[in-house]
Amino acid sequence: MKGMSLIVKTIGSWVKVLIFLFGVYIVLFGHLTPGGGFAGGVILASCYILLMLAFGREQAEKNLPLALVSRLDCLGAILFAFIAIAGLAVGGSFFVNFLHQGCCRGEPFALISAGTIPLSNIAIGLKVGASLFMVVFILSIFRPESPGGTKE
Amino acid sequence: MVIFYILLMFIVIAAIIAVETKDLLSSVICVGAIGFGGSLMFLFLRAPDIAITQIVVEVLGLIILIRATISRDLTFIAGDREFFGMVVSIVIIFVIFLAGMRVFETLPEFGTSIFSIAPDAPSRTYIKDGLSGTGAANLVSAIILDFRAYDTLGEASVLFTAVIGATVILRKKSRKLLEETDE
Repeated sequence: MKGMSLIVKTIGSWVKVLIFLFGVYIVLFGHLTPGGGFAGGVILASCYILLMLAFGREQAEKNLPLALVSRLDCLGAILFAFIAIAGLAVGGSFFVNFLHQGCCRGEPFALISAGTIPLSNIAIGLKVGASLFMVVFILSIFRPESPGGTKE
Repeated sequence: MVIFYILLMFIVIAAIIAVETKDLLSSVICVGAIGFGGSLMFLFLRAPDIAITQIVVEVLGLIILIRATISRDLTFIAGDREFFGMVVSIVIIFVIFLAGMRVFETLPEFGTSIFSIAPDAPSRTYIKDGLSGTGAANLVSAIILDFRAYDTLGEASVLFTAVIGATVILRKKSRKLLEETDE
């Protein structure tokens, strides 16, 4: 039997959805409440790490393939850089908050407000979550060549 | 403004030496000099927190790189420790100690506001114009993703580099390929 015991599997399958939702909430509401891209990304990654610990590595990879994770990682990085360069192109300087100064200036304390900050939060959340999950996954694949003995 | 050009020249010269020199150990030391020049720049730009982080990272990286290169490169330090060198290093350590004492004397009383000694500190701008300038209710988000988003871009690239390093060092395929070519 792969993974941990039946109790851990059952509880994990209930809790993983809630953790994922909480991570999405922290990322999306990062400009209103405490939190943001870094914290939300760590929570999103911890959801999949829980899946990996409870059900085994194969199940986690079937759920979220490593190629997809690496693509999400690169997507987050490119999105963040794109926001920076769009600020340079539209507003005239690197990382300027062109959405807030320009067309769509939302009310403060509303979900859609603060210009590029929620978009940056989403980009950072994708980036941090994918990177952390990938590091943990790769570390779990790694096995030393000769455990406890010399090779020669 | 002149100090930045001087530091920039220092960094560029150190980078050229680090690439061009044949000796691994001096190359590593030049890389360290680049980092310390960068931390001095942060200090003159009134970002002491980032300067401290930069110095810590530089010292750790320098120690690890020297430890990694010193066994590979044949740099022997022959003979006993010289008396003159020891005296010079003790004097330098004492001077740094005195400068540190002076720095601690100029620090404001614990708990007082930073505005009492630096009325034009950038944090006043953050607090005053944070909501109207960015529209974000969470001021921390406003600072890290708007006022200092360049810093966050650096952090994201650090994370990206860390993932690339872990992937390259720990992947399975290359290890097998390496072993086959070795045998």
